Amino acid sequence: MSSGTRRRAIAFARRLRFYVIAAWSAVTLNFLIPRLMPGDPAQAVVQQLEVKNGQNLPPQTVEAIRKLLGGVHENIAVQYWHYLGNLFTGNLGISTGNFPTRVTTLIGTALPWTMLLMGVSTVLAFLIGTGIGALCGWRPGTRTDSVLSPLSTFLAAVPYFWVALFALWLFAFRLGWFPLAGGHDPDADPSSPRYWLSVLHYGLLPALTIVFSSCGGWLLGMRNMTLTTTGEDFVLLARAKGLSNTRVLFRYAARNAMLPQLTGFALALGAIIAGSVLTETVFTYPGVGSLLKQAIDNRDYPLMQGILLFTTLAVLVANFLADSVYVLVDPRTRAQGGDAS
Amino acid sequence: MSVLLEAQGLCVDYLGGERSVRACAEVDLTLRRGEILGIAGESGSGKSTLITALTQLQRPPAAITAGRILLHRDDADGGGTVDLTAADEKRLRALRWREMSIVLQSAMDALNPVMRLSAQFADVLREHRRGITKEAVAARTAELLGMVGIPAERSGAYPHEMSGGMRQRATIALALACDPALVVMDEPTTAVDVVMQRQIMKQILGLRRRLGFAVVFVTHDLSLLLELADRIAIMYAGRIVEIGAARAIHDAPQHPYTRGLRDSFPPLHAPLSVLHGIPGTPPDPADPPPGCAFHPRCDRRLDACDRRLPRLGPVADGRGLAACLLHEHPEEAPVS
Amino acid sequence: MKPALRNPKVLAGSAIALLVVLAALFGDWFSVHALGQDPHTLDYLVINQPPSGHHLLGTTGSGEDVLAQTIAGARGSLVVGLVSALISTALGILFGVCAGFFGGVADTVLNFITNLFIVMPVFALTLIVAGYLNNTGTMTIALIIGVFGWAGGARSLRAQTMSLRGRDHVQAMRMLGESRTRLVFSEVLPRLYPLISAMFLHAVIGGVLAEAGLAFLGVSSPNTISWGTMIQNAQNQNAIINGLWWWFLPPGFCIAALGTATGLINFGIDEIANPRLGAARRAAQQAVKAA
Ligand SMILES: Nc1ncnc2c1ncn2[C@@H]1O[C@H](COP(=O)(O)OP(=O)(O)OP(=O)(O)O)[C@@H](O)[C@H]1O
Ligand SMILES: [Mg+2]
Repeated sequence: MSSGTRRRAIAFARRLRFYVIAAWSAVTLNFLIPRLMPGDPAQAVVQQLEVKNGQNLPPQTVEAIRKLLGGVHENIAVQYWHYLGNLFTGNLGISTGNFPTRVTTLIGTALPWTMLLMGVSTVLAFLIGTGIGALCGWRPGTRTDSVLSPLSTFLAAVPYFWVALFALWLFAFRLGWFPLAGGHDPDADPSSPRYWLSVLHYGLLPALTIVFSSCGGWLLGMRNMTLTTTGEDFVLLARAKGLSNTRVLFRYAARNAMLPQLTGFALALGAIIAGSVLTETVFTYPGVGSLLKQAIDNRDYPLMQGILLFTTLAVLVANFLADSVYVLVDPRTRAQGGDAS
Repeated sequence: MSVLLEAQGLCVDYLGGERSVRACAEVDLTLRRGEILGIAGESGSGKSTLITALTQLQRPPAAITAGRILLHRDDADGGGTVDLTAADEKRLRALRWREMSIVLQSAMDALNPVMRLSAQFADVLREHRRGITKEAVAARTAELLGMVGIPAERSGAYPHEMSGGMRQRATIALALACDPALVVMDEPTTAVDVVMQRQIMKQILGLRRRLGFAVVFVTHDLSLLLELADRIAIMYAGRIVEIGAARAIHDAPQHPYTRGLRDSFPPLHAPLSVLHGIPGTPPDPADPPPGCAFHPRCDRRLDACDRRLPRLGPVADGRGLAACLLHEHPEEAPVS
Repeated sequence: MKPALRNPKVLAGSAIALLVVLAALFGDWFSVHALGQDPHTLDYLVINQPPSGHHLLGTTGSGEDVLAQTIAGARGSLVVGLVSALISTALGILFGVCAGFFGGVADTVLNFITNLFIVMPVFALTLIVAGYLNNTGTMTIALIIGVFGWAGGARSLRAQTMSLRGRDHVQAMRMLGESRTRLVFSEVLPRLYPLISAMFLHAVIGGVLAEAGLAFLGVSSPNTISWGTMIQNAQNQNAIINGLWWWFLPPGFCIAALGTATGLINFGIDEIANPRLGAARRAAQQAVKAA
């Protein structure tokens, strides 16, 4: 079986190559965007800071900003080289909106909040939607199915932030069950149990809105895939074998219907940070999304750029991991070793 | 030999409101233990529908709307007779694979693509022999694969790693896992080449001799059945139009459709002779012609054929049954 | 066409979509003449009014009539949806069909770019590019949404084109020396129309949603009314914590209705093209009843 191992190694190398090139493209894009934009972002940043501080910036700070955003009277290749060097040393520059905090520090503080809220709710939405979808597709036409499937179609079309606003209005404003803004009780001591309970309380409503509005998409996808899969001969054969219904559903029908869902799940996990902008804006939640919104409002270009780079890399890593897991759950891909597609 | 399975007046419909289709109509069949019964007919004649109903595997929109299916169990398995159409899911599950198993047309689609072959054997063995050890499962799997000439090392393979012929033989081995009394096969050899087809047929015959299971073998290739089956049933538009010993069907087909079918396939072991297709096309099952469904294509049509539905009854020489007015009124001359 | 219009889902979806299109075309005229309200008129005497006989859906924090604004918003949202869908569909066809049909190096390069755009966080990119551009007009927003949103469609088009290219008659025509560009237009594209139109519908609602999301985050053209800008204004002026539900509910509901409409049309067409989905359900219902 050494030829199989070799084939697998080649497939893995090919996948890795795609993601390395993709990461390089993202980094380069991130370098190019501010330089391609009309106007002079670097100059804008310098001016912003000078206005804010009421004095001229020291020359080396101006130089650093120019290196990050362009506008240095240097060869573009040299600029690119410096930019790559900065990246490798983890230097994403200094936020102008929160001068003089480093961009990496800001992202580092906000990230755990986003990962917790978005990660948990994305996984929950996926599990619930896929589970119910499998049941609906397994027994199409039952009452559950005929209510949930059209409802999901509608939900998939409702703008998320609107659902979130509505929930905020109803549950936080009208009913007062949840706080209106924030990520934790501002008065609680971070080491006390009361603090952690407040984190749960503050996070619950945003999490529920995410689960509620993204469940439907998973449900519909899984329902239709299960419906298609139960029509396959191998499911018929599994029934003919006298296996229990649950076994036929889980090991045969849903097991195969899951495969396309997993690809979607990888993309959704990767999109967590980008998607957090809307959630966190509505609920004033202290994560990366709020940070990005704030960066855009303040025209804080270094922060914007840092978040974009970070988001892109996160997406790529999530996808790479998912691709690698996919190979484990679908033996057929092991032989072909397809690239990212 | 004793009777294993009986179908009485079996009707299977594809439900769809006003557009319901009757794919099997009043089918009567008797299958004895150890017998190979061939079912032949053109595409769309209802063969697959019939055997999924016989094994109670029909799924919506298909539904059995009339008739009974009686399974007579061997005394060694507790004896007794079960009406499969009335049995509940629990009862059926206990009978599945131990009494009746199935081999499907396309082995590529019949095996779960994400499970190793060994796992697909193991789950059915575990299901029906509670408490069987891991070693016993492995040994039985190897034994079964050996029967169809697949080396035991291949049991760790996934379906996509095997050739078409190997997959098909694996599904046959799988069908024999629990020593069933009946194996239903739906065109098990159409997806493989002629050489493999012959090899598989030989294996089925050899295994049947050794293990004594009965077979219902479905195909649209009548010449294949002539070599394999003890008896042959011919289906047309959801009805059995003739049933009899394989030799009799070959030598003296009684129904004009059977003759047409026989003449349109080259025999496996004979020099090629002139083939005659049957003119026309099978009827639309949603809108069958009145009377005998075959009459628009029949070259020996009688006046009454478009009005009277012929019943399946004994033919003159007593060698089988046919559903044709020619045999109900042998004195009437065909329309020219 | 006929069977499509007899399908209740397609019918319902088309009716809603038609209503939105009519609002986009004649909404202003209708508001001024039938409702007597101009969506742009600020009336500081009647701010934050709940629905009443005079203002059927109440007024905003600046005293604009919410109903008139919602009707006017149809145009802003639909224009962005349509323009961005045109751009992304065109790009999708360009990348997908070329990659699928020409194969070889062209395929490798185009498919790589497509995959790159699929894994990129498109919404964040859109947001940031829009954030760099200081004043964003409606067309700029549509352009950005379209340019970043074509990759998913390109992937399915590529797969379809590859299978079409493999068909016997296309192969035969290539053998006969038919020019490849001609083949694309005469043999391939016509067969892709169903897929392309489904993609386009999907892209329209995707564009409307993206515009609303961007507007909500503050990236919008300042003097255009769209459903997204309405919600953003509501959010900015704290409509939630002041309990002004009539301000932010209608525009979101309209987006949802348009989305449901396109969803229904696509589902209905799917059902016609692939009867198993619908038939299986109906039959199962019958079987459940019969049992
Ligand atoms: N899901 C379905 N809904 C409606 N009608 C169906 C359905 N499946 C099959 N039929 C009809 O039932 C009839 C019998 O089909 P069946 O599959 O049993 O034929 P067959 O003899 O096995 O044909 P083949 O040799 O092609 O496998 C066909 O005429 C077909 O049109
Ligand atoms: Mg069949």
